[in-house]
Formats: sequence, C-alpha cells, structure tokens
Amino acid sequence: MSGLLYLIPIALFLGLLGLGAFLWALRTGQYEDLDGAASRILFDDDDD
Amino acid sequence: MTVAAAPDDTPLDADPSAIDFARFVKSGDEGVSSLTLVVDGIHCGACVARIERALGRVAGVVSARVNLTTRRLHLAWRGDPSRAAELAAVVTRLGFRPAPYDPGRVDAAAERRERDLLRALAVAGFAAGNVMLLSVSVWAGDASGMGVATRELLHWVSALIALPAIVYAGRPFFHSALAALKGGHANMDLPISLAVTLAAGMSLYQTIGGGGDTYFDSAITLLFFLLIGRYLDSRARGKARAAAEHLLALGARAVTVLDGDGVAVTIAPEAVIPGMTALVTVGERIAVDGRVVDGVSDVDGGLITGESVPVAVGPGEQVFAGTLNLTAPLRLEVTAAGEDTLLAEIVALMEAAEQGRARYVDLASRIARLYVPVVHALATVTFLGWLLFMDASWQGALITAIAVLIVTCPCALALAVPVVQVIAGGRLFRAGILLKSATALERLAAVDTVVFDKTGTLTEGVPALLPTDTLDDDALALAASLAAASRHPLARALIRAAPPVAAAERVREEPGQGLELATGRGPIRLGNRRWCGVSDQGDDGGDGPELLLARPGHDPVRFVFRDRPRADAALVVAALKARGLRVGLLSGDRAGVVAAVAAAVGIESWHAEHGPAEKCARLAELAATGRRVVMIDDGLNDAPALAAAAASMSPAAAADISQTAADVVFQGRRLAPVVETLDTARRADRLVKQNFGLALVYNAITVPLAIAGLVTPLIAAVAMSASSLAVTGNALRLGRRRRRSNERVVHQ
Repeated sequence: MSGLLYLIPIALFLGLLGLGAFLWALRTGQYEDLDGAASRILFDDDDD
Repeated sequence: MTVAAAPDDTPLDADPSAIDFARFVKSGDEGVSSLTLVVDGIHCGACVARIERALGRVAGVVSARVNLTTRRLHLAWRGDPSRAAELAAVVTRLGFRPAPYDPGRVDAAAERRERDLLRALAVAGFAAGNVMLLSVSVWAGDASGMGVATRELLHWVSALIALPAIVYAGRPFFHSALAALKGGHANMDLPISLAVTLAAGMSLYQTIGGGGDTYFDSAITLLFFLLIGRYLDSRARGKARAAAEHLLALGARAVTVLDGDGVAVTIAPEAVIPGMTALVTVGERIAVDGRVVDGVSDVDGGLITGESVPVAVGPGEQVFAGTLNLTAPLRLEVTAAGEDTLLAEIVALMEAAEQGRARYVDLASRIARLYVPVVHALATVTFLGWLLFMDASWQGALITAIAVLIVTCPCALALAVPVVQVIAGGRLFRAGILLKSATALERLAAVDTVVFDKTGTLTEGVPALLPTDTLDDDALALAASLAAASRHPLARALIRAAPPVAAAERVREEPGQGLELATGRGPIRLGNRRWCGVSDQGDDGGDGPELLLARPGHDPVRFVFRDRPRADAALVVAALKARGLRVGLLSGDRAGVVAAVAAAVGIESWHAEHGPAEKCARLAELAATGRRVVMIDDGLNDAPALAAAAASMSPAAAADISQTAADVVFQGRRLAPVVETLDTARRADRLVKQNFGLALVYNAITVPLAIAGLVTPLIAAVAMSASSLAVTGNALRLGRRRRRSNERVVHQ
C-alpha cells in the first residue's frame, strides 16, 4: 500500500496540470473562434 | 458605373462613410487605438484571410483579427482615432459591410456567464474524475480487506479534492438558490444546493470521525452532470444570440443633416430633432420620419409595408424611417426622430405583444415547481421516520435523508431538456435555421395552424416579368437595354427576363417617372403610364406593377410584373397539410393578387388587405378558438403579429426587427425549413417527454431504496450515471432520425 503515497500525488499533479492547461487556454481566448481556427491553418502566410 | 453588375438581391444599403466610426474607438496605451467592428458578408476562412491581409498592409495597423464565429473584426492601430473611417473603408472596398460593435447594445454578461460555467465545468470534471478513482479504490478495498488507515487516507484525499471543487463549481447553483430564497420562492437549484452541501458536510464529519461511508463522489459527480446540462443550455442559444447581436449592430446608422450654416454634418440618430433638414443619398436607408422638401425619388417601403414595389415620392410627401431611398437624393424636413418615428411605434407595439408571450412557462419549469416540494418532503419524512420509528442515530437518519436528496436529484431531469434542445438546435443550425427562443421548440411542437404572410415569405419578394403572348422579343430587348441604366427593382426584373443585351448609352433617368433615350426619330421612353403618355382608362391595374415602353411609330408595349411564389411553396403547403396542420394566408396586399398566390400554392383560407393591427386581431381570434398559430412573416410592420402568435418564424432576408421578434429565423430561398423546423420540434418534444418518463422510472426505483436506507455511495454513483447516460442516449436519437425525414421533404 505504500505505493499509494507517491502514486496519488503523481496522479493528482498530472490531473491538475491538465486542468491548468485548459483554464489557461480558456483565458487566452483559444476557444473564442473555433470555426476561424479551423481555417487559419490553410492561410498562405505572406508575412515572411 | 458598374451598377448593373451588382447582384440583384443585394440590398442597397447606407454608405458606410456616413457612419461615425471614431465614436466607438477606444484609446489604449502608447497611442494605440482599437475598434471592434461587426462585419457583414464574412462566410469562410478565405474572407478572413482577405480582410486581415488587406488591413495588415495599411501603415500603422498593429493588429487586425477576424473572429469567424462571431463575424467580428478587432482592429488596433497606432495613431489618431479618426483613422477608423479610413480603415473601415478598406473593409468596404473588399465588398464587406462593416458596422461599429457597441458592447452596450449586446449582452456581454451572457458571454461571461457562459465562460464561468465552462470553467466551473472543468474544475468539477477534474475533481469528479479523481474522487471517483479514489472511491472505486475504497469500494474495492472494502471487498478485499483494506486497512482502516489506508481507507482514512483515501477519504481525506477525497475531501481535499472535493471540498474546494464543490465550493468553486457549485457557485452557479448556490447563487441561484440564494437569490430564489431571498425572493421568497424555491427553484430547482435549492434541492441541488442542499443535497450537495449536506452530502459534503456529512461526509467531512464522517471522515473526521473515521466513520464508514462518504458521499464526496456523489456530490461532485452530481455537480459535474448538472453543469454539463447548464452549459449545453447556455451554449444552445449562444450562436443564435451572436447572430441577433450582429443584426442589432448593423442597425446603427448615422444621419446627415444641415447645420445652421447649411453645412452637411453627420450625427447620431439620437441627436436629430424635428425641424432639422436631413439629406438622404441614393441607396441610403432613411433614419427619420420626414416630409420631402426637395427631390423626386422612389422609396422602397418594404421594411414598413412589407410590399416590394417602390413608391414614387416628391416634394410635400411623407417618408418614414426604415425605408430605402432608391433613385435620387432627397432633402427632408424631419418631422419625427428616434422614439417618435413610426418605426419605433411598431417596435413598441411588438414589445408589448412579446411580453404577453414571455408569460409562457415551459414544461421543465412546471415540473420543477412540482418537484421541489416533493423532494424536500420526502427527505424530511425519511429523516424523521428513521430518527423516531427506527431508533437510528441522528447521523444515520441524516445520511439516509441525504441519500434520498442525492438520488432524487435531477441529473436526468436537468439533462432531459438541454440535451434534446442542443441536438435539435445544432441540427437546425446546420440546415440554416436559427432557434432564438428557449421555449420555441416546445411552442412549435404544439402548433396546429400555420399562417403565412405573402410578400417576401410565400413569395420571393422580388418582382418577375409575367410572360404574356403579346410580348415581342424586340420590344423586350430594347426595354432591357434602357433598363440597364436603372437600379429600380422593376428594371432589374426586366433585365433578368430578357436575353443579354448591351446597355444603351446616354439614357436619362427621371426619378419616380422612368427612363428616356433620345434618338434621331424621337425619344424612347420606359416607365409609368404618365411618363409614356398612356391614359389610365381601361385599366386593369389589379394585375400588379407594370412598366410601359413607348417608341416613336409603335403602340406602347406593356410589361406586367408579379411576385413569384417561392419555388417550393406549393410543396411545403402540401407537406404541412399532410401533417394535419391548417394553413392560412394573411396579407396586406390587394385581394386579386392574394387570391392568385393562394390558388398557386394551394391555400384555401386567405385574407387580403390586412394591416398590422388587423393581422394581430385575426391571430387573437384564432387563439380564442383554441388554435395554436405559428406566424411566418418577414415585414417589419408584421413584427407585432409575429409576437402575438404562439410561435413565429422569419426568413433571414427579413427586416432586422422581424428577425428579432421571431422565435426562429431561417436562411435560403426555400420554404422547406418551415416543415423541417416543425418536424424537429415535434420529435424533440416527444424525446423530452420520453426523457422525463425515464427520469420518473429511475426515481420510482431508487427513491424507495433510498428511503429504506439501502442506497450506499456505490449504488448512488451507478444509478446517477446510468440515468444520465440513458437520457443522453435517448436524446441522441433525434440526430439520426432527422436526416431521413429531411430527404423526404426535398424529394417529394
């Protein structure tokens, strides 16, 4: 059972990492324009 | 000029340079100004790329980013706010119509609420997953002889995750329940809040005391499921809301008036006062009520009257806000502006009717009203019963009562309606149909009578040349070559009907009268009777709008136009009748025209020459006889009628305000979306009721178990998940079945 002592914190840490990533994405507007994001990859980038 | 190349159905709208963009600019740090524009005409990624690239090349622009979902353009540039107009002009030159986005006019709070819900959902999801993992370990450990210390550790970890998550993710429910309590009534969120807090509190007590069962997993999973329902509910109307905001923003227009020195200045519509002199350019939508002082033109009153044929106006005549000036500049003496215009009166009439409909209570709320006291009573009775008659300790009695609260908690109930609505709304959205009202589907499902308006709804709203045997091709070709010089809808219709011809040169347009081409043998004229020197006698004017062609040495030729029914109008009427619905037609047009259209599409019950008030009265009459009417209409003057009916639909080309009043807005040139929407509404209604049935069966099984004290945390978790899955799965059937019925309508 001693395995639990480090497995539980690891599992929680990984879970929190995912949650943090999602909240970060939400705050920085990654979900604002899903339709636009889908087509942006097709733009010819002539800025370079 | 390239006027003739403009698509026929593109509305001639206000010159964007008349909009005062600078008023909406925000000045930020380091001299950077920013502006958000609503842009009409963005359809795909290519449009986004074109706009962003064009603006990116303008010197001083820091960023230009288009949001394709909301069709908004966010601009930031270095320098003066007054450059806004110049940048908007770049967008206009690409063929899009920009309008300032005024956050004051739209519901920014709803957007924020939705994001809060999503954040709460993420936290609840994380916590539910982890706590469930630990709970499964506890249950497995119970079976295989886990040590007490290990179990306590797992309980403490669960508490550590669940309690903060419950405090955070439960806020939407706690706030709503508190607000309801303060208002002196109970809502669905009250038993939810109670169950979650009691379960969490009791579990914490058990954990501290080192006791057996905890309900952390139930409490947080419950929140997770409920938040899914809440979020879907909010999301379902998000897209429709964005579309409505788009329309509102496009409605904001500026007015050009003459100031004291006779200089033209552009001011906001609110700042106009009666007595001012307003200038209206060709193609501009008139923003005030006024009397013509100078100028002769044609005015398209379609927004007000619903009729597509323009009316000639001259000095002394009255024009109304919301109408479109077509052929020549006008100078108006303002008689009313803002709230006093006829337009505003119609809107007020509509809002009054709308409030009547807001009293409609949907099925879910009615069930909730019944449900809340029953659940509370059951829990209380369970608690007292165990305490008084079963000699249980107060902790034991409370745990059983909490179990009752948890299993009766409306997971299935809360998901039953939103999931169906989201799927129905999503399917309809992809078919170009926007659901605007939360209760629209439910009201549409109960409809037994369909009432159409004529112009622009049953018909295309665009006049078409009526073929007659007396028409000769030479006359038609000649008329079309003259017509090419005009933007008048009848002239456009003539060009559409004729084979391609070269536009005649040096054609002179006499606003409100017609066109003239001077030739060596005398003038050739195309226009109304007076213009062509034809007397009004022997007139069968009931036939609809007409144009005459007068040539030297020939008899005048008459072209008669008629508004064509939409291509699938007859089919749709037949399909509606086949579904047992009564179909009617209410129009402001003359009896002869209405009768012809009614006969063409197969409607027996029609009424002609009905104004807005009469239409409302007719609908009230129908409602009084127990009929539930869906009104399908596009004119602004019919907005009150739309609000007065049990449910309403509007084609997307309709006046902005009709779109605002309608429950459902559909796009495209076909009427089939009407059948589609009604079918979907009926199926959705059936599924919602089935889902309520499922939830009821679930409760009938679990509630007695809970009262008997047999529901352990494991059983509660399984029952809750199973019922939620069953309800969601049942709702998913809506998507599958719809596609087939769609094909049936189309190929009939």
